[in-house]
Amino acid sequence: MNEMTSITTTLKDWETDQEVRWCPGCGDYAILKAVQRTLPELGADPANTVFVSGIGCSSRFPYYVESYGFHTIHGRAPAFATGIKLANPELDIWLVTGDGDGMSIGGNHTMHMLRRNLNCQIMLFNNEIYGLTKGQYSPTSRLGTNSPTTPMGSVDRPMSPCAFALGAGARFVARGFDVSKELSGVLKAAHAHKGAAFVEIFQNCIVYNKDVFNEFAAPKGAEDRQLWLREGEPMLFAKGTQGIALDVEKLTLKVVDVVDGNWQAAGVIVHNVTNKAIAHMLVDMPFGAFPMALGVIYDDPRPSFEEVVLGQDAKAREGKVANLAKLLAQGQTWTVE
Amino acid sequence: MATLAAEAETQQNTPDAVVVRFAGDSGDGMQLTGGQFTLSTALAGNDLATFPDFPAEIRAPQGTLFGVSAFQINFGSTAIETAGDAPDVLVAMNPAALKTNVGALKPGGLIIADSGEFNKRNLEKAKYENNPLEDGSLARWDLLAFDISALTMESVKRFGLGNKEALRCKNMWTLGLALWMFDRPREPIYDWLKGKFRKAPELAEANIAALDAGHAYGETAELSGPLKQYHVGPVKSDPGLYRTVTGADAISLGLVAGAQLANLPMFFGGYPITPASAILHNLVKMKEFGVTTFQAEDEIAAICSAIGASYAGQLGVTSSSGPGIALKGEAMGLAIMTELPLVIVNSQRGGPSTGLPTKTEQSDLYQAVYGRNGDAPMPVIAARSPADAFDVAIEACRIAVQYMTPVILLTDGYIANAAEPWQVPNPDDFTPFPVTFLTEKNAGDTLLPYKRDAKGARPWIKPGTPGLMHRIGGIEKQVDTGHLDYSPANHQAMTDARKAKIDGIANSILDQEVCLGNTGGKLAVVGWGSTYGPIHQAVRAARKKGVDVSHIHVRHIWPMPKNLGDLLRGFDKVLVPEMNTGQFKTVLRDQFLIDAKPLTKTSGQPFTIAELEAAIEAMAE
Ligand SMILES: Cc1ncc(C[n+]2csc(CCOP(=O)(O)OP(=O)(O)O)c2C)c(N)n1
Ligand code: SF4
Ligand SMILES: [Mg+2]
Repeated sequence: MNEMTSITTTLKDWETDQEVRWCPGCGDYAILKAVQRTLPELGADPANTVFVSGIGCSSRFPYYVESYGFHTIHGRAPAFATGIKLANPELDIWLVTGDGDGMSIGGNHTMHMLRRNLNCQIMLFNNEIYGLTKGQYSPTSRLGTNSPTTPMGSVDRPMSPCAFALGAGARFVARGFDVSKELSGVLKAAHAHKGAAFVEIFQNCIVYNKDVFNEFAAPKGAEDRQLWLREGEPMLFAKGTQGIALDVEKLTLKVVDVVDGNWQAAGVIVHNVTNKAIAHMLVDMPFGAFPMALGVIYDDPRPSFEEVVLGQDAKAREGKVANLAKLLAQGQTWTVE
Repeated sequence: MATLAAEAETQQNTPDAVVVRFAGDSGDGMQLTGGQFTLSTALAGNDLATFPDFPAEIRAPQGTLFGVSAFQINFGSTAIETAGDAPDVLVAMNPAALKTNVGALKPGGLIIADSGEFNKRNLEKAKYENNPLEDGSLARWDLLAFDISALTMESVKRFGLGNKEALRCKNMWTLGLALWMFDRPREPIYDWLKGKFRKAPELAEANIAALDAGHAYGETAELSGPLKQYHVGPVKSDPGLYRTVTGADAISLGLVAGAQLANLPMFFGGYPITPASAILHNLVKMKEFGVTTFQAEDEIAAICSAIGASYAGQLGVTSSSGPGIALKGEAMGLAIMTELPLVIVNSQRGGPSTGLPTKTEQSDLYQAVYGRNGDAPMPVIAARSPADAFDVAIEACRIAVQYMTPVILLTDGYIANAAEPWQVPNPDDFTPFPVTFLTEKNAGDTLLPYKRDAKGARPWIKPGTPGLMHRIGGIEKQVDTGHLDYSPANHQAMTDARKAKIDGIANSILDQEVCLGNTGGKLAVVGWGSTYGPIHQAVRAARKKGVDVSHIHVRHIWPMPKNLGDLLRGFDKVLVPEMNTGQFKTVLRDQFLIDAKPLTKTSGQPFTIAELEAAIEAMAE
């Protein structure tokens, strides 16, 4: 996020005149709307906002937001964002990437951006597939995924973007999904976080990986499988009838029943966004036995990369004048008469 | 040119030029010795050129043949343009150094050897069966062998250093002797040692003691025979202030100057690689000039961050060597497509793949000119010497910002490491080329991010500018609007526009000059990059012998100067010496349909003057 003067805009102000080219029904539409709805609420200034993306269906996003936008090359958006932010730290940067773009070809850059803690919001659209290249399996595809390149089912184990982010040292990790009403709130929290704010957004690729998140992300009827995490509140789901507790002997999480709303008696944990150990457990909870952890999982800011780098630069410049003639004549010199 | 060996015969000790090579184990500090000898030689007013030649291994096993590190310097009272073909003096600190370097020594040249290191173990490591200092095998040369190790130990005894530390002063002892031999002042070295060992004054004192001891050894030695003092007078140079620069220094300074002339802060994204790292090491110390440096996670991130910074309104710069430049290829295409300024420095080394990391080559010319997907024209310019690299770096910045394009600057391992005297330029002598950013819509009520100026360049629009929001990216852009457009006519138009813009750079550069000889005749020797020195000397020598030959050295590799084709057609024959298998030759043939002949060398070593002279004479027959 950025300290900025608040600007009054409406959703319409953030729409471009470009025709949106995603497949009808693609989850990307819902995410676009959520972002365009959220930006006015943040008081964001289109002139000061930059959307940076890599390559993929998801990475087409910048073309549809009336702000500055840079659609770069596959996997490298974090590196572009780093240069942009170091050159002008006033800019408010939103990075858009996909599970292939950010976790496969660009995994290295994502890791380094996160550990450096570059101040920006990262939205990783996870559809567990390569959409733009017509449906090959991705690093997040579940074991056994049938795809054009894995006709007998994929054999490599999927990775978890949020676990990756925590492992890389991210100081903000959150989750949402395309059609969720809560997505805007998650994005606002990401924006409020100073530093790299990593948001995994489950997104329905209705053409190549249709409805794979339906068990927890169906527009209706899946609410009971969602664990929405809120700072200072107990980890309850299924309308408060179940909760997450710590199995102290095994040092793992467990699902407990909550009777009559008495979550304390059931040992349900209160969410503390600065507890990294619990954050690790939450992103690793196997879905099925557990609900899907959503919302702000971890949020514990540290000084951001550009702040520290530019601070050092300023210190290095302190008391020095940029005298080119002097620089050129540095070291031992001699004069020829 | 009179040489020391020749002078020795006439018993005059005032040669025009001398070539000295210091060779030792990588741990012996030969590069430091050479560097400091260079400095005192420059201060004595000689012209000079150096050639550091070191192994890729940081600490190669002691005493081995592949662990030898050498530093050659050619200095004189006349213009010096190469580090010299063959040394007059070889300082060999151990058997391996002798073995790997003595072959290059001129007949009758002088060997100074540390006999203390010619023990059984070291002789075995250097694969000598007998001690060459004793078996007469060096009879072709003058030999001076004495126990430099023991003499050094003796000279620093009073400082109570450990054995290892005391022996480390050997290079200063040797330097002291060399300074005496060529009548050079010791004061600059004192100053340098005091600065270097500020935190350990006793080490400074010990090194100074060793330096003085070496000097005194020369002075007082009853050494009859080969060791005598030589006087190489100062060269006639234009009046002014001088210093020495390496190519890496000059490029760093030139980039800073270029950014200043463009009135822009500079962003440098780099990833360590030999021999390009020195530029990053230099720039981190120049932050007061608005320089931000970023050590990225790889070369891809380095160039991408630099493009990001250019997009945001700074002058983005990145630098690497062949393997890293290969990784940057895709991002260069994006910079071409989005028409953003960027300077890419390639310090070439021997390839392919890891190749010869510390040796020089010019084999990335195809990569620079042609090495990208799609029709991706990009200007390429090349530095011909360490000092020239300064001007070339400024030129790269100018082209980048005036034409909104990435530019490749080619240098090489030789230029990067070699030093030469440099007349310190006055910044006021350079014409500034300040950048103006677009701040208002450029077509009435609308913004056209790809509307071109007379040069074919699009406007530079910084994010953060109110009212000019727009999107750019790597997908083909619509003429003027910059919207996505894959339509056939549009791609044709944009491909043509990109090509025309780069071709048009030729309008902004000077006509190609002939740097030695005539604008027509029998033979033109056409070079580019670091072959300048040897070609120039060889052409000069051949002309003295009456050969009709001229030297043309091309800075602008792409696009080339507009008169170059006609100029070359004015010669019966064209010879193109290159440290590759003939890459520039191919470009010249392609562009001008001339029968350019290659002269190639890919040994990791620069051309010698003799090699070139022979080729010139053979071709001129
Ligand atoms: C260097 C490079 N390699 C491959 C591609 C082809 N490609 C484009 S998008 C993509 C995968 C995108 O997957 P993801 O990031 O998950 O985005 P999605 O389309 O699913 O939103 C690939 C492999 C490319 N554009 N560039
Ligand atoms: S392929 Fe999938 S991700 Fe891409 S636009 Fe279509 S539905 Fe969306
Ligand atoms: Mg995907």
